Amino acid sequence: MDLTLKVWRQKNSKAKGKIETYNITEISEHSSFLEMMDVLNNKLINDGIEPIAFDHDCREGICGMCSMYINGQAHGPDRGTTTCQLHMRSFNDGETIYIEPWRSKSMPVIKDLVVDRSAFDRIQQAGGFVSVNTSGNTQDANAVPIPKANADKAFDAAACIGCAACVATCKNSSAMLFVAAKVSQYSYLPQGEVEAKDRVVNMVNQMDKEGFGNCTNTGACEVECPKGISLEYIARMNREYISATISSEKK
Amino acid sequence: MILDSKTPEGPIKDKWTNHKNNINVVGPANKRNIDIIVVGTGLAGGSASASLAEMGYNVKSFCYQDSPRRAHSIAAQGGINAAKNYQNDGDSIYRLFYDTVKGGDYRAREANVYRLAEVSVNIIDQCVAQGVPFARDYGGLLDNRSFGGVLVSRTFYARGQTGQQLLLGAYSAMNRQIAKGKISMYNRHEMVELVKVDGKARGIIARNLITGDLERHSAHAVVIASGGYGNVFFLSTNAMGSNATAAWKIHRNGAFFANPCYTQIHPTCIPRSGENQSKLTLMSESLRNDGRIWVPKNLKDAELIRQKKLKPTELKEEDRDYYLERRYPAFGNLVPRDVASRAAKERCDAGHGVNFTGEAVYLDFSAAIQRYGNEKALILGIKDPNLEKVIELGEAVVKEKYGNLFQMYEKIVAENPYKTPMMIYPAVHYTMGGVWVDYNLMTTIPGCYCIGEANFSDHGANRLGASALMQGLADGYFVLPYTIGDYLASDIRTGPISIEAKEFEIAEQKVSSTIDKLISIKGDKTVDYFHKRLGKIMWEFVGMARSESGLKHAIKEIKDIRDEFWTSVNIPGEKNELNQELEKAGRVADFLELGELFAKDALERTESAGGHFREESQTKEGEALRNDNDFAFTSAWEFVGEPSEAILHKEHLEFNDIELKQRSYK
Repeated sequence: MDLTLKVWRQKNSKAKGKIETYNITEISEHSSFLEMMDVLNNKLINDGIEPIAFDHDCREGICGMCSMYINGQAHGPDRGTTTCQLHMRSFNDGETIYIEPWRSKSMPVIKDLVVDRSAFDRIQQAGGFVSVNTSGNTQDANAVPIPKANADKAFDAAACIGCAACVATCKNSSAMLFVAAKVSQYSYLPQGEVEAKDRVVNMVNQMDKEGFGNCTNTGACEVECPKGISLEYIARMNREYISATISSEKK
Repeated sequence: MILDSKTPEGPIKDKWTNHKNNINVVGPANKRNIDIIVVGTGLAGGSASASLAEMGYNVKSFCYQDSPRRAHSIAAQGGINAAKNYQNDGDSIYRLFYDTVKGGDYRAREANVYRLAEVSVNIIDQCVAQGVPFARDYGGLLDNRSFGGVLVSRTFYARGQTGQQLLLGAYSAMNRQIAKGKISMYNRHEMVELVKVDGKARGIIARNLITGDLERHSAHAVVIASGGYGNVFFLSTNAMGSNATAAWKIHRNGAFFANPCYTQIHPTCIPRSGENQSKLTLMSESLRNDGRIWVPKNLKDAELIRQKKLKPTELKEEDRDYYLERRYPAFGNLVPRDVASRAAKERCDAGHGVNFTGEAVYLDFSAAIQRYGNEKALILGIKDPNLEKVIELGEAVVKEKYGNLFQMYEKIVAENPYKTPMMIYPAVHYTMGGVWVDYNLMTTIPGCYCIGEANFSDHGANRLGASALMQGLADGYFVLPYTIGDYLASDIRTGPISIEAKEFEIAEQKVSSTIDKLISIKGDKTVDYFHKRLGKIMWEFVGMARSESGLKHAIKEIKDIRDEFWTSVNIPGEKNELNQELEKAGRVADFLELGELFAKDALERTESAGGHFREESQTKEGEALRNDNDFAFTSAWEFVGEPSEAILHKEHLEFNDIELKQRSYK
């Protein structure tokens, strides 16, 4: 395949960025999108041009590190896919492909396609845990049965990989799907019950503090989420939040 | 120097308990004055950081990714072993211990493995308490499945994403401590040197990957949890950034490196597809619970399949060779990984491979789909269902069990594995070898510890499935937090370690000049060029089958590549910025040394053991043939300048609780 690539280049967080155009030839349709980027980068280096910085690591769709906005879509045209699992067979020979970083005020560009997602860590630090210390004396794992349906729902929520495609794709830059996934995981499990109220209030407060927008139920996040996290979790988080703020002393 | 494993005296089942009762402890008030550096935030590093911080130590954690949650433990699929015996199939701590020692081909330290089996049960309790959503059955209790090399069901799992869920559990425990200020988290930082003061590990030099700044960090102890070195092969199931730099730097500073040649080639990975491939993707071993492995019995059929003139589904049952079931009737498709990998290579080398490269075998779910379909029809009360209905029901059950793996396969290969068998081939997956540690997980450098895949300790020459997660979390949650106190108890009067000390100055200088040198070469070849060349040599001569002549050739080649790297690598950009080529270059430079030691170790060990297969040492049936008289030891290498000059130290392995015998899975 021969392709024309329009790629966002930005030297660092303070520099002004712009789109550069590169041509690349003889790409196999069996290559992954990031392998195509590897080929491009090696070509750029050999041509004396600085390679494009982009985040990636596991290349099997689970670490959540890769983060490109491809032809106006987070993680590109396929559904239920991270950029690293996107393959060139999803594109046509001769196509022009636009590649940009996530765009959100709360996730500024560090360089080229690399963005700062530390806001997500800070939201998790605000309450995304069960307060249990390591000890060899916790109760037996089977002491409290958990209905299979609840365990499955908790798992579905916990499958979030923290890639931030939901934020990138949302017109409000809302992080609600990400936060709701964590809140919901614990809300389905007895272990999460004790701190449920504090958790949802603290995490939502931190989310607001980071500058993420609100949810207007367009559902774009659910569509672009590579792990198919359901919009229903946002509703669940809202219920948890409202009941917590009404009954809890925390606001 | 004589290697002292510091294994406690007494009967094996009492060693750990007695040891814990007798080692020194640091009081709560003193823990507040002690700093510990942890490099790496996977299952081992993440669980250690959280546990140490909970105990009251000041922890500084480092990871090269943008968040600790992205460490490559996240990609572990199948599950985690624990001797819970929930399935009432006769499991016990002893049986897990026995299976692990046998699975490791009798090249692990007995006492460590027994301790691992002992604490395995605590791990499951801890993870459930954290809110890890393990798979459950309809009664709400935890579900289990089987893994290779084992005849019981002791593997706990969370669909095909067990590593992810366990890591997010450890990450959540870390987050709680980060919020309390007990862990200082350094994301996008890479450890590039160890700092020793008076012979003790007292800090590290880390490179801030965003600014390029070199930072000095001091501590009373340094814990390395940076994972394995599988990427020395370039293509592996590791993450792109997985590297051996932290482990290699401590090796260069005096930590012995043990058994580098023990590498796991995992049998079920998606086969290679082309020259620009950047990594290989694992298909969890759990698939071997239900998938049957086969190749065409007749060479003619294999040829037609390779030319796409014949479909695998068209081949009659009697024309298929289920070679694992044929060769190993007792364990069948669930033989250990090293055995399954070699058997696949043997069939493909004999011309029975099924994809265009000739390097692939089938993993077929059609029998399982029909079996589950019939079961499900019975449960639903459907009488005499037609085949179509059975398949529909069966596919739904298989989807429930392995859905994400099937989806991953389809995305990469563009074939539907429900309808046509998967194609798989072995790929580099895990490294059993690593930094030598004693029973306390301390390296040969006082105050420098090594945990998880980065150390060599528990898996011998071959790791069983679902044991990596167990070991990572055992080390981090339940072993290191105790044993490190024994060392730190003598440090309560030391006070803060100054980063102004000349040792820090010298270490920083050294790193700085290496970086300057790398950047200034401005040659004509990219870092990837060298990494790929190294990988090809490793795979061809130091991969699944090794011979004296091949290894000698590899050693020479690797040295040549290394020399060429240092004269003609091209690293664009500056050092004081985010520079991913510079990051890669530093890692590849270390792999180019490690690869040579790896081949040297493989050359030295003329026996076959587990993942290390010397062509000169095999049984008549082509199984790995150990030589217990000459090789029942751990090879621990001391760095003295060049990998070729490394000095071999031997830790002799004693087997008091398990009889040493030739492994059999027949």
